Amino acid sequence: MELLTPSLGLLFWTLLAFLIVFFILRKFAWKPILGSLGEREKAIADSLESAKRVRAEMAQLKSENEELMAKAREERSAMLKEARETKDRIINEAKEQAKIEASKVVAEAQQAIHAQKMAAITEVKNQLGKLVVEVSEKVLRKELATQEAQEAHIKGMVGEVKLN
Amino acid sequence: MMVNRVKCLLVAAFTMLSLTFSNILIAQEHEGETSHEEMVHEEGVKEEGENKFDAKEVIFGHVMDAHEFHFYSYKGSDGEEHHATIPLPVILYSPQKGLSTFMSSKFHHGHEEVDGYRLVENKIVPVDPSVQVYDLSLTRNVVQMFIALAILVWLMTGVAKRYREGQGVTTAPKGFQNAVEPVIAFIRDEVAKPNIGHKYKKFMPYLLTVFFFILINNIFGLIPGSANVTGNIAFTAVLGVLSFLVINLNGNKHYWGHIMNPPVPFGIKFIMVPVEILSIFTKAFALIIRLFANMLAGHIIIICLISLIFIFSAISKGVGVGFAPVSVAFASFIYIIEVLIAFIQAYIFTNLTAVFIGQAVEETHHGEDDHHQAPTEPVII
Repeated sequence: MELLTPSLGLLFWTLLAFLIVFFILRKFAWKPILGSLGEREKAIADSLESAKRVRAEMAQLKSENEELMAKAREERSAMLKEARETKDRIINEAKEQAKIEASKVVAEAQQAIHAQKMAAITEVKNQLGKLVVEVSEKVLRKELATQEAQEAHIKGMVGEVKLN
Repeated sequence: MMVNRVKCLLVAAFTMLSLTFSNILIAQEHEGETSHEEMVHEEGVKEEGENKFDAKEVIFGHVMDAHEFHFYSYKGSDGEEHHATIPLPVILYSPQKGLSTFMSSKFHHGHEEVDGYRLVENKIVPVDPSVQVYDLSLTRNVVQMFIALAILVWLMTGVAKRYREGQGVTTAPKGFQNAVEPVIAFIRDEVAKPNIGHKYKKFMPYLLTVFFFILINNIFGLIPGSANVTGNIAFTAVLGVLSFLVINLNGNKHYWGHIMNPPVPFGIKFIMVPVEILSIFTKAFALIIRLFANMLAGHIIIICLISLIFIFSAISKGVGVGFAPVSVAFASFIYIIEVLIAFIQAYIFTNLTAVFIGQAVEETHHGEDDHHQAPTEPVII
């Protein structure tokens, strides 16, 4: 039965010790420890939250980047296509131009050749005429060297002229 | 789940042991009454033959409070009986004789009177029966409790200092912080929050103090040769009464309304109101008895198992020696369980206090209650 009867001394000292320990620990242990734990948990929760946010932002950025890349790629291929087309057009145009120029040159050359040929022919004709005149003069000079020949000739010519 | 498994294990162990040894112990107790008055500790020297072993003396000598730390007794070469003890201060107050303080060694183990007081079976009684005396001595329970609490305060303020310096707040906790922090977080997240609800912060210092107060005294009580502080009803009574005050002083209108006007048909109210009023006291009483009985039982079982060796060797030396390994094996097993119980009982006391506080501060009716209770599958650390 002695086991079940609390002794006054132990009751008193236990109560005193508990209260002292309670007030000491409340002020000097539990408050800072719980405060720090709460603070740390809050910091961890905050950083997790911000990490999540950053991750979301990163994902968004990535998708934006991909979009941009796709757009750029599209643009590039469009530009390439355009460039190729331009090139072809330019080449074709140049070819056309060249063809036209060439034909023009050929035509001009033909014209020039023709003109020179004509000139040459004219020259030849002139020379020929001059030569003929000279030869004829010489011949005539020889033939009409004498007075009688001149008269005979005039007579002949006069004779030819028929005065109708 | 874990708790249930542990409980099953404990129940099995205790049942087996009580079944196995109850008969022997009862028999021994009767035998012990007639035997010679002699305290023999488990580390003590056992005189063969002439002195009978008194199991009851040994067991109660261990679990009861005393005015000295008694380690062992031996018979010196001069034939005198010597006791290896640490004497402790005795503080007595009597309205007639005033205050008297002296060391317990002055009693010479009950052989001498000091200031008109005698030591009879570890209790101080006045020689003159008309004198009333209040014994406020620093008994071994008190002294051991003070030592344990000094260490507790030292450890906890040391940990708190580190937190205050920023260790564990912005950086990872280090060293002993890692041991204390999960326990504190456990009390907060698994005991206070689920049971009390959003008002838990107010009760955290009390719950933490109760938990560590019980735990450190349980652990100190496990040191061989130390006093059985938490297995003393005075110790648990103080904690129980404090819990009773904390619970009932924080009881709100809903709580008292439930007690004074329970939601039952009018006729049953006459039965229910006394039951409810009684339940206020039984809750605290159950806390007191649970802790007391658990810790006391553990200590008694260990000392019984060790005593068995000496009981058997009193019959025959061979039997005693032969039984020693069995006894030590069982005692070691119970000892390991006791370490577990040191934590479990501290947890249970704290948890039940939190549950009762939760009932006292609960705002609305059972809907809310279920909501709070739902996530509380208690987990042992």
